Amino acid sequence: MRQEERDARNPAYTHIEEPDEPTAGHPTQRVWDMLGWTKKHLFSSIPNTIATLVCLYLLWLIIPPFLDWAFLSAIWSSDTPDACKVDGAGACWAFVEQKHRFILFGLYPFDEQWRPMTAVVLFIAALAASCYPPFWSKWLIPLWAVVLTVCGVLMYGGVFGMTYVDNTQWGGVPLTLILSVTGIGLAFPLAVLLALGRRSNLPAIKTICVTFIELIRGVPLISVLFMASIMFPLFMPEGVTVDKLLRAIVGIMLFTSAYLAEAIRGGLQSLPRGQYEAADSLGLSYWQKTRLIVLPQALRIVIPPLVNQFISTFKDTSLVIIIGLFDLLTSAKTALADPEWRQFYAESYIFAAILYFSFAFFMSRYSQFLERRLNAGTRR
Amino acid sequence: MKTLYTAAAAAALTVGLGATAAQAGETFDAVKERGELVCGVHTGLAGFSAPDEQGNWSGLDVDVCRAVAAAVFGDSEKVKYVPLSAQQRLTALQAGEVDVLARNTTHTLTRDTANGLNFLPVNYYDGQGFMVRKDLGVDSARQLDGATVCVQTGTTTELNLADYFRANNMQLNPLTIEAFEEVNAAYASGRCDALTSDTSQLAAIRANDLPNPDDHVILPELISKEPLAPAVRHGDDQWFDAVKWVLHAMVDAEEMGITSENVDQVKAETDNPNVKRLLGATPGMGEALGLPNEWAYNVISQVGNYGQSFERNVGQDSPLNLERGLNALWTDGGLQYAPPAR
Repeated sequence: MRQEERDARNPAYTHIEEPDEPTAGHPTQRVWDMLGWTKKHLFSSIPNTIATLVCLYLLWLIIPPFLDWAFLSAIWSSDTPDACKVDGAGACWAFVEQKHRFILFGLYPFDEQWRPMTAVVLFIAALAASCYPPFWSKWLIPLWAVVLTVCGVLMYGGVFGMTYVDNTQWGGVPLTLILSVTGIGLAFPLAVLLALGRRSNLPAIKTICVTFIELIRGVPLISVLFMASIMFPLFMPEGVTVDKLLRAIVGIMLFTSAYLAEAIRGGLQSLPRGQYEAADSLGLSYWQKTRLIVLPQALRIVIPPLVNQFISTFKDTSLVIIIGLFDLLTSAKTALADPEWRQFYAESYIFAAILYFSFAFFMSRYSQFLERRLNAGTRR
Repeated sequence: MKTLYTAAAAAALTVGLGATAAQAGETFDAVKERGELVCGVHTGLAGFSAPDEQGNWSGLDVDVCRAVAAAVFGDSEKVKYVPLSAQQRLTALQAGEVDVLARNTTHTLTRDTANGLNFLPVNYYDGQGFMVRKDLGVDSARQLDGATVCVQTGTTTELNLADYFRANNMQLNPLTIEAFEEVNAAYASGRCDALTSDTSQLAAIRANDLPNPDDHVILPELISKEPLAPAVRHGDDQWFDAVKWVLHAMVDAEEMGITSENVDQVKAETDNPNVKRLLGATPGMGEALGLPNEWAYNVISQVGNYGQSFERNVGQDSPLNLERGLNALWTDGGLQYAPPAR
C-alpha cells in the first residue's frame, strides 16, 4: 500500500501537525543562521553586547561550581555522614540514599512500606491510563472504583493479614497525592455547581454561592487549614474529635473549589449568547442545556486556568506542615532532624523539589496536549 | 475517594462515640480503655523527639510517652505518637486529641491558666543564650551592643532578644531567618556576629554544624528561662498525678542509683525501704496512683532512669553531646529534684 493511500484510509494520518519550527535548511545554511541569530539578538548594540558578556560571565561563575557540587564531587553512597564532611566534598546524595524511604513514605511502618509503594504505582498507572485518549470510555469509572478501593485497602490494611495502619501514620508521596487528588477531585464538581449557581437567576442560590466564593477567596489557604485544625476542635464538644486528615482534605477542597469556580465562570461568560439562545430554542431544559451545550464548551476554554489551579493546589498541599501532617515536604524536613545529617538540608530540599517538579511538569505538559487535542476543531 | 468514605465513616463514628466517651469523662479511664497512650510530640527536633529512617520515634520527650505507657500498660511500645506543629500543640491537648503533650513546651503562667494545661515536672531546663566566634573577643552578652544577631523568626526567641537589648539600652541588628538550618548556615558563613537560641540548641549546633567547634563560645548569660515540661489538660487530677509520678520516679531512680541494667538485681537484693516501695517490692504506691504495682519497675526497666534517658538522647551518648548543667540531680548541683515516693 502506498503512503498516500494509507493516509487517506486512516483519518489519523490525515491530521496535519503544525510544524514546531521552520524546516531546517542545508547544514551550512543553519550554521550561518545561528551566527546571524546570535549577532542579531545578542550583539546588536554595545549595551546589548555588554549585557550578553555579563550574563555569560555570571553563568560561568554559577554553572561549573554547581555541576561540580552536584555531580563531580558529590558523595553518592555512604552509611555515615563522615564521608560528606571531608574538605572538598560536594553534594551529599548519601543523605538521600539513607533517608529516601522516610522522605517518600514518612511515618508509615517501615516493614509495610511496600503497601504505599504499590498503591502509588497503581494509582499513577490508573492516572496514566485515564490520560491516554484511546482509553477514554465508560470503563474508566469501574477501573477507578477498583483502583481506589485497592489503594484504600493497601493503605489502611486490617484485612488479608495486613496490619492496620492508622491514617495518622501516612506520609510522604502517598499523603501528598491523597491530599491533592482528593482535594482537586472533590473540588471540581463543587466548583462547577458554584460557578453555575453564581450565574443563576434564583436569588437565594446566587447569594449563597457568591458569599461562599468571596468568603473563601478572601482568606489564604493557610488560615483555612488553621481554622480546620485549630479553631474547629475548640467548637466541638469535649472528647469529640474529627480525623485530622479529613479536616485537611475538606479545607483544601473548599479552598480549591472557590478558585476553580471563578475560573469556570470565566468560561461560562465567554460563550456567545447565541449558544444559550440556540439551546433554548431547541427546547432543552436547563440541565440538558448545561450538560450538552454549555459545559463542554466552557470547560474546554478554561483548561489553562484549571490546570494552573491544579498545579497550585498540588504544591499548596505542602502547607499542611502547620497542622503536623507528614506530606512530602514535611518528611523531607523531618529527615533533617537527625543531628548527624542535618547540615545536608540542600540535598533534602532538592530531592523534594525534583519530585514536586516532575508531577507539576507532567500536569502542565499534559494540559497543553489536551488543549491542542480538544481545540483541534476550533483552532484560531 | 475510598479514603474519604472510610475517613468520613470513621469521623461519624468518632462523633457518635465521642459523646459517650465525654460522659465517662476521665482521661485516665479513656486511656486504660483504649489500651494505648496518645502522645503529642514535636514533628522533628533532634534529641527531644524525632523519627529515625524507619519511622521509630526517640528522644527525651518521647521517653516521657514511653515511660507513661510502661507505667500504665507495662509496655513502653503502646504509644501512638501524634506529631504536632508549634501552633496546634495546645489546642490538640485541650480538644482531647492527645492524652499527654510532650513537645518541648515552656511552662508559663498563661499556658497554665488560660490554655487549661496542667504542667508536669520539668524534664529539661533550658534558657536562651548567645554563641559568638572566639576571635570576636566578647565574653559577655552585655558587650554585644551594635552586633548583628542571627535569630529564627516567629519564635519567642526573637521577642526575648528584642526585650533584652532594649532593657540594656543596646543597639540590635537582628538578621531574622525562617528556617532553622539556614540560621545556622548564616552564622557559620559569618553573616552575623552572634547566634541566639536556646542553649541546648546552641550546644548542639556547635557540636554538629560548625566546622571548628573550638572557635565558638557560648556566652554565660541566659536571657530567658525556658523550663520545658510535658503537660496534661485540666479536669482529671488522677491522670495528672499518675503522669507526674512517672516523671518523679525516673528522677528518684537516678538518685537511688537504679538503672535499667541493675533494676532486677536491686529489686531482688535491696533492704532499703524507699527502694522497695518505689519498685513495688512493698506494695501500695501503685494502687494509690491507680497504676499497677510494678509501675515504676516497668518504667525503669524499659525506659531507664532520668539520667539514662538524658545521656542517651541529648547527653554524652548522643550526637548532641549536651552537658547535664541545670538538669543534673540536686545532689550534683542541678535542679532535678523529685519528692520521695512514700
